Amino acid sequence: MSNTIQMDRRQFLKSGAMAGGGLIISFMLPVNAKTLKKLNTGTPNLYFAPSAFLRVGVDDSVNIILSHVEMGQGIWTTLSMLIAEELDADWKNITIEHSPAGKSYIHTAYGLQITGGSSSTWSEFDRYRQAGATARILLIQAAAEKFKVKPEDCRTENGMVICGNQKASYGELATAAAALPAPGKVELRKPEQWKYIGKGIKRLDAPDKVNGSAKYGMDVHFPGLLTAVVAHSPAIGGKVISFDASAAKAVAGVRDVVEIPTGIAVIADHFWAAKKGRDALKIVWDPGPNTGLNSPAQLENYRKLANEKGLPALEKGNVETGLAKASKIMEAEYFLPYLAHAAMEPINCTVKITDNKCEIWTGTQMPMIDQAAAAKILGFTTEQVDIQTPYLGGGFGRRATPTSDFVSEAVYIAKASGKAIKMVWTREDDMRAAYYRPAFLHRMRIGVNTEGYPIAWQQTIVGQSITAGTPFESKDPIDGSSVEGVNDSPYMKSIADAYIGLHSPRIPVHVLWFRSVGHTHTGYVMETMIDDLAHQAGKDPVAYRQHLLQDHERHLAALNLAAEKANWGKPLPKGHFQGVAVHEAFKSFVAQVAEVSVDERGKLKIHKVVCAIDCGLAVNPDGVRAQMESGIIFGITMALYGEITLDKGMVQQGNFHDYRIARMNEAPAIEVHIVPSTGAMGGAGEPCVPPTAPAIANAIFAATGKRLRKLPIANINLKQV
Amino acid sequence: MAKFIINGKEYEADVPADMPLLWVIRDVIGLTGTKFGCGMAQCGACTVHLNGEAVRSCVTLVSRAAGQQITTVEGLSPDTSHVLQRAWLEEDVPQCGYCQSGQLMSAAVLLRENPNPTDSDIDDAMSGNICRCGTYPRIRKAIHLAAKLQKEGGIK
Repeated sequence: MSNTIQMDRRQFLKSGAMAGGGLIISFMLPVNAKTLKKLNTGTPNLYFAPSAFLRVGVDDSVNIILSHVEMGQGIWTTLSMLIAEELDADWKNITIEHSPAGKSYIHTAYGLQITGGSSSTWSEFDRYRQAGATARILLIQAAAEKFKVKPEDCRTENGMVICGNQKASYGELATAAAALPAPGKVELRKPEQWKYIGKGIKRLDAPDKVNGSAKYGMDVHFPGLLTAVVAHSPAIGGKVISFDASAAKAVAGVRDVVEIPTGIAVIADHFWAAKKGRDALKIVWDPGPNTGLNSPAQLENYRKLANEKGLPALEKGNVETGLAKASKIMEAEYFLPYLAHAAMEPINCTVKITDNKCEIWTGTQMPMIDQAAAAKILGFTTEQVDIQTPYLGGGFGRRATPTSDFVSEAVYIAKASGKAIKMVWTREDDMRAAYYRPAFLHRMRIGVNTEGYPIAWQQTIVGQSITAGTPFESKDPIDGSSVEGVNDSPYMKSIADAYIGLHSPRIPVHVLWFRSVGHTHTGYVMETMIDDLAHQAGKDPVAYRQHLLQDHERHLAALNLAAEKANWGKPLPKGHFQGVAVHEAFKSFVAQVAEVSVDERGKLKIHKVVCAIDCGLAVNPDGVRAQMESGIIFGITMALYGEITLDKGMVQQGNFHDYRIARMNEAPAIEVHIVPSTGAMGGAGEPCVPPTAPAIANAIFAATGKRLRKLPIANINLKQV
Repeated sequence: MAKFIINGKEYEADVPADMPLLWVIRDVIGLTGTKFGCGMAQCGACTVHLNGEAVRSCVTLVSRAAGQQITTVEGLSPDTSHVLQRAWLEEDVPQCGYCQSGQLMSAAVLLRENPNPTDSDIDDAMSGNICRCGTYPRIRKAIHLAAKLQKEGGIK
């Protein structure tokens, strides 16, 4: 994090020039009030927002301001590369920071300020290059006036504008450049001129992250800041009836105990005193209306729902007629449990409220939503709420809550106590007071022809909608994220008779997007089912997919490359078996081949995963490789261990001993190959996740003959009978 | 008042004997490179060295740590020059980065005790440190690279 600039950034953007002179690219394109209003109400596809992405200081500093936050995915580096590609700045003068909450930073496609959907690179590819190019043009113009030459006779290099023997640094030109009128859309460099794009650079955040200086929300500190730990209801939806704080207040270091809508907060000099104070609280809870919630009953209820065909998410021809024509019908039922994001940095949020201002420091993927939530609680305008975003110690969707749950909680504590507080959730709070990837049941009946290829497809999907009841809920009764990866599956294209039905039961368990969202379950179901169909047809799983995907060039490119690099079909070490999966998510196409063995006791070992991705242009290829590795390990955790269960309305898992995460000894060798592609740019952070679990499950089938219709694998006895 | 020797510097703090060292380091002394991840020695994000041995500071009490030599990630090198830090940068290991202080502190003990670790030695030494971003393949590569750099006397 760059914490060097202390002045009020908002003031700064308004003035258009730095105190003491300098250039800010915040005036690139005029935006009228009408457009701003539209931006504010979430109209998508507004590409030309005002930009505030770059400051060139008179001291030669180049400050890049990121509209997307760094949570591990590498955007700190990639967005900076895009500006650097056009600006010719000197790398040693570049500093980078996250933007504040503000309209200038609204997503170019989604219409709100958000980091998510594996979209940061493709959605900013033009805007950030434009910001760099515009700055360069203005600096050249300023230099041309100073040198009394034509702009076209000037060139730029390493933070300097040069013409013949004359030279001026960007800093020397910054004040003059800031006074120039903004050019219109400027021409960008052609691919053959690119220095960084497609080649990549080392991560710019890595040095801070290996010497302990990187600052996360958890690390915020200033004089007078206290730590708050909250007692939440053990049961979902429970409420405080009464509490006795006398023992808590007697703990050395405890400063205050306050009641807030979500529980009781203990405020102390440091975390340990606050935690001890919380342990000493005596609270009488009303367990609330949800004590009947338990996982086995929920599964039975989902099964019953699946007996009804559900709302039509996709309807083609007549599925019953199609099934009647089939030479064979295959049936299957899948169940995939709730999953917790479990980012390494537990949820936390720091809030300081003064008479007319609220300052918030937190790792958030949606700062404007949090800003609005805080303003509402305090009766402030959004301008009175300042949000600063340090590095995020993982996000995976958890730090993008439409309800602003944790920011709201911290604001309530600061408001009730009148103190500046850092609210820290313990790991157990993070696991239990949480939002989950919804549990899903899929039931399918698939009719195949005499060659074993599908001709009729019926699938009933049961699971909570992540947008129901939130501002993101659409008018369409079908929640798109529940059926993505099925509805738009390439396998569905050639099937004449299909019915995809959806049930979205309302259950009082908070659910949320989770790295790769609906594809986490649909990718698993589709790719293990296709594998089953291939097996039933007596066909090789890769060849079977190649046949079905013959008109889907990018799926095929990824599949073929992964199969080739994994030596698919060639002899393997004794006892080793391969499984394959290919899936499109977030506009990228990823195929993986997993190589596993299962010993006589049923112990699984994942030896290797070979991955191929077609994401169009890979702006930072090693960044793409890193995300593939990351998604594969994330997918292994989901496959082996991921499961949140409920009993009497309470979440049964709490920490990493009962919500296990894959560890070093479980990490396979990973090979990543990038398909040379001119296709549309897609994402990287999420599309790597969906193929991993099905590729492993398909390899397990090859090894044991067992089809895994439920996850996690840890619950299943793989021992062969 | 308890005395703490952290990265060679002495600190005094009025803290209870049952307080975990992690919170002394982070909340009282203000060195925030050492991270809180689980509070029960499950994830390794809080790993520091106590008299040269890797310990989970979230379960190491003041009563055990006071007066002993403690090293945190900030003390690994004054200028990010430890062979592991250099190898971490060379392999571009960190993603979100939150677990990396703990990973480095575990790896530092491994490399000191075993200058030529095999993959299986790395599994044994590093499986107590969770990385939710899944940087394990790069951590493994970086440890092998650091072992090589250490043998060559390091690169500049």
